[in-house]
Amino acid sequence: MITAGIDMGSKTIKVVILRDTEIVGKSIALAGFENREAAETAYAAALDDAGVGMDDVERVVATGAGRGNAPYAERDISEVASDARAAISLYPTARTVIDVGAEEGRAIRCTEKGKVLDFALNEKCAAGAGAFTEAMSRALEVEIEALGQMSLASTQAIPMNAQCAVFAESEVVSLLHAKVAKQDIARAVHDAIASRIVSLARKIGFEPEVVLIGGVAHNIGFVDSLQRALECDVVIPDDPEYIGAYGAALAAAEG
Amino acid sequence: MASKQTYETRPLECWGKAKEIRENFYRDYAQAHEKGGLRWAGGAWTFGAIPCGLGDDVYSLTSEPYAASIAADKKFSMRCLEAAERAGYARDLCSYMRNYWGSVILDEYLWGGQFPKPDFIWQDHICCSHAKWYQVVSDLEPGIPSFCIDVAVGPAIDLDDNKLDYVVGQMHDGIEWLEKVTGRRYDDEKLIQAVHNECRSTALWAEICCLNKAVPAPLEEKTMFSLYVLGTLMKHSKVVADYYQELRDEVAERVQQQIAAIPNERCRLMSDTQPPWGFLGLFRYLEEYGAVSVGSLYTFGLIGMWEEMSDGSWGPRTTPREKGIEIKDRDQALRILAEWNLNKPEWQHFYSPHLKTEMMVRIAKEWSLNGVLLHYNRGCEGLSLGIAENRLGLIEAGYPVMTFEGNMGDEREFDLARTKARIDTFMETLGYSRS
Repeated sequence: MITAGIDMGSKTIKVVILRDTEIVGKSIALAGFENREAAETAYAAALDDAGVGMDDVERVVATGAGRGNAPYAERDISEVASDARAAISLYPTARTVIDVGAEEGRAIRCTEKGKVLDFALNEKCAAGAGAFTEAMSRALEVEIEALGQMSLASTQAIPMNAQCAVFAESEVVSLLHAKVAKQDIARAVHDAIASRIVSLARKIGFEPEVVLIGGVAHNIGFVDSLQRALECDVVIPDDPEYIGAYGAALAAAEG
Repeated sequence: MASKQTYETRPLECWGKAKEIRENFYRDYAQAHEKGGLRWAGGAWTFGAIPCGLGDDVYSLTSEPYAASIAADKKFSMRCLEAAERAGYARDLCSYMRNYWGSVILDEYLWGGQFPKPDFIWQDHICCSHAKWYQVVSDLEPGIPSFCIDVAVGPAIDLDDNKLDYVVGQMHDGIEWLEKVTGRRYDDEKLIQAVHNECRSTALWAEICCLNKAVPAPLEEKTMFSLYVLGTLMKHSKVVADYYQELRDEVAERVQQQIAAIPNERCRLMSDTQPPWGFLGLFRYLEEYGAVSVGSLYTFGLIGMWEEMSDGSWGPRTTPREKGIEIKDRDQALRILAEWNLNKPEWQHFYSPHLKTEMMVRIAKEWSLNGVLLHYNRGCEGLSLGIAENRLGLIEAGYPVMTFEGNMGDEREFDLARTKARIDTFMETLGYSRS
């Protein structure tokens, strides 16, 4: 059976095509202002990648912040449900899922069947999400892809405001003026996000094994800070940004 | 969870009368001077029965419900908030207070015309904001005499004669002050009657809330907000006590006939603290899942007065009259009034979040709840204090909890779309889908 999951994220749209439970196609596109059109484009690309046609797809389930606007979807599920379902499918012994996307960070505690027991989401400020790292990389004049590697070269920990992305940015500027090494500032940025995310995880009473998903999982500097703050290792699936869409596709496969 | 029980539902027959009482309250206050009467302003928590001894033509404006009414009018509220900010008051202060100050600064009454200045202020000191609130009003409206009673004597479980004397002593001083600033002679008989009315109305409201233990619930919280508010306006009045009696009878009949607040009830929730008043549609959104908010410690315990019944459950507090007590003089009336109010459930958690958790867990059990929605209300530090502790206590007791950030009186601090998305996730985790 062919099914599809569409994750209508705030910054990017991810589509996963499943044949039974195996991923056979995927695609990502910037959401932009016309997220429905972007989703249609991503969906067509994912079908191409899978080598199947639209008529071959039996069911489509959407998730993500913009899921109400998803094309082709028969129903939608929350990001929390799709994350939990997918993460437990990949790592059956995991009990905590941390998802850090562009605009939202979330921590989820779940059962061995992927049933959500508790969840916590960041509030209005994006200080605990990917948009924050992007803003900080601009302030440091460093490519976002290089920020993680740079922070691993840090030699000292510097405390930074973790409550507000705007205040943190002005703090980065002050640190630059104080001639603090960019590597140390990069680590401070990641430590700040990690502390926000860990507070969400502690709120729900996290327990290992912890799965980290979402686009920010690609940032090795953040992963390092998170593991230090959690005082445990995290597991990261391949293509962590697609896990939400994968969970939606699994939900579609289950009917 | 697919059960789609359909219950009969219908509007409350006495709904129109509640609306009328509220309208009269605000009109009577504004027009008091035209009839030779007096106006006073103060919080909804204040000992409103006491100024009743000045006569039947003394009308009040209770500041929190007035500010909540402003908050529900988003356009006017924004003007009020901005006026307060322009005057230099910080945006993170109590949003009721800022809406009220804004109305004074703009010199506009929500129901039209200039802001009707009170002849005196009669306040009590339940939280830091309440103490400062009318100090600022006195600055904004110079020359208005103000009296404030300090009630910080600790929780009811620790109440003793010394603490009671401290509050009652201030009440006696307050009556002398009222006579002085108004030039009127104080009538103890009117005070005694007001105390009886207050005990009756607040016990009746608790009885009405108790009826919501029934499945299906005869009332949902959005409606309850419009009903409990009468107690915040004038719980000491015969009008409100009589109305609550009529309402109690009608709600009891609804329980008997299984008339539901929502036809598809299958999930029972409670909220906490003041809601974001400009977004009460959230409660209707819950109904799409068959979820009914049956109340909260806030709606039950701000006006309702409770006690533990012989079977251990929560029930309406026995009034002095029901106990056969005849109030004979001013001191006895004040003592009963003070003790009655210091036992108010909503007063207790100013002293410890654990006291609040105990009451919330009791409600969750006795009202057969499936989950809890906690409003991290940035607009009220008093009622939000310790709410994260309450969350932990509820979870420990086995109740799923959803939190959302917002503000009762400042719409800029509430995100409707994200809150709805959060509700979607919460209902999904509880196993409910849209009807």
